[in-house]
Amino acid sequence: MLNPADGPLVSMRGITKAYPGVIANDAVSLDLQAGEIHALLGENGAGKSTLVKVLYGLLQPDTGEVLWRGEHAKLRSPSDARNLGIAMVFQHFSLFESLTVVENIALGMAVSANDSLRTRIREVSSRYGLPLDPDRDVFSLSVGERQRIEIVRCLLQEPQLLIMDEPTSVLTPQEVSELFVTLKRLASEGVGILYISHKLDEIRELCDVATILRGGKNVATALPKQESAASLAALMIGEDVQPVVRVDNPKTGDPLFALNKLDVPAKTRQSLALQDLSLVVHAGEIVGIAGVAGNGQDELLSAIAGEVPVQPDEMIWLKGESVAGWTAGQRRSFGLCAVPEERLGHAAVPSMSLAENALLTGFHRQPLQRAGLIAMSRCKRSANQIIDTFSVQCHGTGSAASSLSGGNLQKFVVGREILQSPDVLVVSQPTWGVDAGAAAAIHKALQSLVKEGAAVLLISQDLDELMAITDRIGALCAGRLSNFYSTPSIDAQQVGQLMGGKTALDGVA
Amino acid sequence: MSDDPSTFVLIALTVITAATPLVFAAMGELVTERSGVLNLGVEGMMLAGAVSSFLCVHLTGNAPLSLLVGTAAGIVMALLFGFLTLSLQASQVATGLALTIFGTGLSALVGQSLIGVAYEGLPKLSVPVLSDIPTLGPLLFQHDVLVYGSWLLVPAVAYFLNRTRGGLVLRAVGDSHDAAHALGYRVIRVRYLATLFGGACSGLAGAYLSMAYAPMWVENMSAGRGWIALALVVFAVWQPGWVLFGAYLFGGITILQLHGQGIGINVPSQLMSMLPYITTIVVLVLISLDQGRVRRNAPAAIGQAFHPTT
Repeated sequence: MLNPADGPLVSMRGITKAYPGVIANDAVSLDLQAGEIHALLGENGAGKSTLVKVLYGLLQPDTGEVLWRGEHAKLRSPSDARNLGIAMVFQHFSLFESLTVVENIALGMAVSANDSLRTRIREVSSRYGLPLDPDRDVFSLSVGERQRIEIVRCLLQEPQLLIMDEPTSVLTPQEVSELFVTLKRLASEGVGILYISHKLDEIRELCDVATILRGGKNVATALPKQESAASLAALMIGEDVQPVVRVDNPKTGDPLFALNKLDVPAKTRQSLALQDLSLVVHAGEIVGIAGVAGNGQDELLSAIAGEVPVQPDEMIWLKGESVAGWTAGQRRSFGLCAVPEERLGHAAVPSMSLAENALLTGFHRQPLQRAGLIAMSRCKRSANQIIDTFSVQCHGTGSAASSLSGGNLQKFVVGREILQSPDVLVVSQPTWGVDAGAAAAIHKALQSLVKEGAAVLLISQDLDELMAITDRIGALCAGRLSNFYSTPSIDAQQVGQLMGGKTALDGVA
Repeated sequence: MSDDPSTFVLIALTVITAATPLVFAAMGELVTERSGVLNLGVEGMMLAGAVSSFLCVHLTGNAPLSLLVGTAAGIVMALLFGFLTLSLQASQVATGLALTIFGTGLSALVGQSLIGVAYEGLPKLSVPVLSDIPTLGPLLFQHDVLVYGSWLLVPAVAYFLNRTRGGLVLRAVGDSHDAAHALGYRVIRVRYLATLFGGACSGLAGAYLSMAYAPMWVENMSAGRGWIALALVVFAVWQPGWVLFGAYLFGGITILQLHGQGIGINVPSQLMSMLPYITTIVVLVLISLDQGRVRRNAPAAIGQAFHPTT
């Protein structure tokens, strides 16, 4: 066991890494002790990812060095890092979709995909409350389930240093506290943990030390337990953030959107069936659907957006018309826009430019074509408007969607739909992996959209988000919806019960 | 058709000889594609293998050496392809087509003096005792070394892909080169090795054509078999067992097409030539109904250039 007096477990000294046109890390330093949970805080583009990629051997710094237990460490590749005892849970998962869970884990660990590995996976996943079937194909798993693979893979390596890139964004509050128990136990066993998150409350609860990056530079090292969320946020973005203010909408308008006993049979053996879903969303309100990923959120969004046909017609209503038989394009033209959870590959085409991506959903409601031909100048103007309104950081409308960071692309795809001024907007996990500043911008945009008389259905796993901006809330569990409650009348714990499968709360109207 | 077993055996034997080059070429291409590389130059690599092995056997009379030379010719062609597409990141489709055209022309040039030269063919290796079993004996135990080799290749490749760590890494690279790179696997090296294996198999397939199937050198003697092998890989949904089945099915169709008139089938030969491709299209439609099978086996990163920068 390491004694803190022996010096830091890992020490990064003056790391500088430049890309054409941008210095991602500018002489960044960081010391992490064994047994310490160390937060790495910063907005998107602050250089957090670059720094941890250097630490994990994925990038070579231009200058600077990494010391491991006081000695110079050669980190030419991730396997060098793994040999030292460094493991990492990625934000964008490095998973192979066509392979099974056990095969994926074997690839990250340099062992064979055999029965003893299956047994160890089952052990670790049950010990840490991360249910995982080793023989499932990854392509059939939800985002949340995929992240469990990454966490289990790291835990199986019994690492000395565990890097976690936003690990809790897809977990329920109960799972988060279970994970924290695990992380604290790992830390007490002498494992160092580098914890990247934008959830400031979590960092204050969990982390011993925080290193804060802004614009590629160290700006501060803080003791999060002695800071407030607001002071941490101020350090991170360099100005005071305006917390999202609850806007209670006592009066709501006419029902704009409704599901009436929606049944969607499971498409494949792996996917979930939606059963008997009913809800109404009125003009001027945000209705939230809580729930852990993999409980039917994807299926629900596809059914509402029109990506999968639904029978019979009377199950989905939009502005008084039954639209279940309509295509996605017809629904858009009539006023229903949707933002799916997966930014790359579902909401946006990775290899296409922002202008082209603006066209892809925009042409139904905006004049982006002329005599059946694409009006590229108008697409660029539309994309520029999104970029300006939502301060998307990019190199202009010609940038490929895949070149944007997750948070910026999220602002773009949400903004694209909002600027089409839909009557009904359905968004799934709009702030997943997005920093506090961008999340606040997205929340404000949703609030101003409903103020103008639109209806918003927000599917999310982020309880803070749901509690902060929704007017009514329910939960989706195993393909079934709970009752809906007025958000101010219940607390996060009660929503947690709904997410766990309760359909009604005792003593709440 | 006659009930005489010897006629059946004769037809079955011709089916085996027609299927063997397809097995080699398609198994090689399967491994290449599973690593995420689409090499459309199979036809060109086969012709290079065919002409160089025949040239060698003509000059030296040494059959084992000639098979090695044919294999090496395929590897050299694949190395050229790999250098252009993996190291220089040229388009795989365009480079593969160029490789076929190049192989066709080069083999015709090299083989000019070989036209009309005779060779008795690869010796048959009869398995003692077993080869004397009526019907089964001649069907299974009286072949040249490459036929046996093709039968061993299929389970060997299946075992490698599905049961070994190397196979797992190869499939991982073909599924997502970015994720494989992030885990520290050497994407380019894996793809080079898989591409060279594909070249070796195509070279052997060509050697089989000129040294056992014909046996002689004729310009452009692969006659589209490289394209059929490419179709076979898709037909088989990138699964080795189905490649074997498909090779014998397509080989059988080829034989029917050659002997169709003789055994009383009055179908235009053009129609018969189309059959492998039509079958592939029909199978593609059928397998698209089972998305799970496609997602499990089709290499998602196929044909994409890999830039190891991030």
